[in-house]
Amino acid sequence: MQKKTLEIWVGLFVVAGMVALFFLSMKVSSLNKFSVDDGYVVEARFENVGGLKVRSPVSVSGVKVGRVDAISYDMENYEARVTLLIDNKYNAFPEDTSASIFTSGLLGEQYVSLEPGGSDDFLKDGDEIRLVQSAVILEQLIGKFLFSKADE
Amino acid sequence: MLGKVQQLGRSTISSLERLGRGFLFFLQLLTALPTVVVRFPLLTQQLFSIGVLSFLIIFVSGLFVGMVLGLQGYNTLIDFGAEESLGVMVALSLVRELGPVVTALLFAGRAGSALTAEIGLMKATEQLSGMEMMAVDPIKRIVAPRFWAGVISMPLLAAIFSAIGVIGGYIVGVGLLGIDGGAFWSQMQPRVDLGEDILNGVIKSIVFGVVVSWIAVYEGYDATPTSEGVSRATTRTVVHSALAVLGLDFMLTALMFGE
Repeated sequence: MQKKTLEIWVGLFVVAGMVALFFLSMKVSSLNKFSVDDGYVVEARFENVGGLKVRSPVSVSGVKVGRVDAISYDMENYEARVTLLIDNKYNAFPEDTSASIFTSGLLGEQYVSLEPGGSDDFLKDGDEIRLVQSAVILEQLIGKFLFSKADE
Repeated sequence: MLGKVQQLGRSTISSLERLGRGFLFFLQLLTALPTVVVRFPLLTQQLFSIGVLSFLIIFVSGLFVGMVLGLQGYNTLIDFGAEESLGVMVALSLVRELGPVVTALLFAGRAGSALTAEIGLMKATEQLSGMEMMAVDPIKRIVAPRFWAGVISMPLLAAIFSAIGVIGGYIVGVGLLGIDGGAFWSQMQPRVDLGEDILNGVIKSIVFGVVVSWIAVYEGYDATPTSEGVSRATTRTVVHSALAVLGLDFMLTALMFGE
């Protein structure tokens, strides 16, 4: 009897630990982010990526469709090369889709926003997005504003 | 002068000897794993006295650490108008650092010291040598189940600590300070990574569990078999475990999150 209760307590302890781990992985982190393998890769070159990071979201009309897979610097064109990984569910973006880097909120993190164009051909794995708009740098914006004020 | 040099040499050699003995002891504990699995009831008993009995202190500490994090984080973040990020702050500091480290320190104080005192006293009252007389290996029968119970308990306790801490932060942030509950979770979820943050936290807690349990059982097994020796060994367990945990934490953090 004594031994039974002891085993029950140990069992409860292990269950509590497992529940805690489950809570951490499901609720604190979220497992329902899509994984790396089920997507296709598109490239885009930006003059300035600002604070964009690997794993930043890629969204269309505010809906998350992918994430930034890699950011590197292209020594030939002196531009930043951003590799976007887009979920296979969204595989029919026109070829003339444009990509811009926006900021969510005033101080929030930066993300890549896609805007579909009107072409009949779709973006395929390894394609490059040609219509791009770089990140808005707050300092440049303030600088421009101050200059325009000074001119008045 | 010569005496001083002699003393220095003697203490260096003796600490090297202790380290070597400790390492061999560690290998013996590792190879004793099959016996521990075969004698499962012994392990259950130790899981109870090491894990289950540590549950309450871990639960209460986790709750309060989370609540303090919520309160302090709120006071800092409100200046930037970013109090919605409280969830991220609480979750990341708990999962990456405070969960494994504070749990290991509490574990060393709650369970480690008890292990050392128990094994040390068994040695002082010659129960261990009595077992050897009966051809029972005290390492397999007494020490290894305690060690492995500690190794198993630590990650579970650390996970409980982190989970309860996040709930504590939620209680203070959402319940008392009026942050939006949806924002608390939704800001947290994309920024806490399963592999990067949570898995690394679990790895940390396993490492700490091995180190703290090893130090505790070794200090007990190696204690001078007198009441003074046992008391010194117990103190050493807590001090050495705390130092080892904090030092290792720095190294592990540099390895895992240093990019």
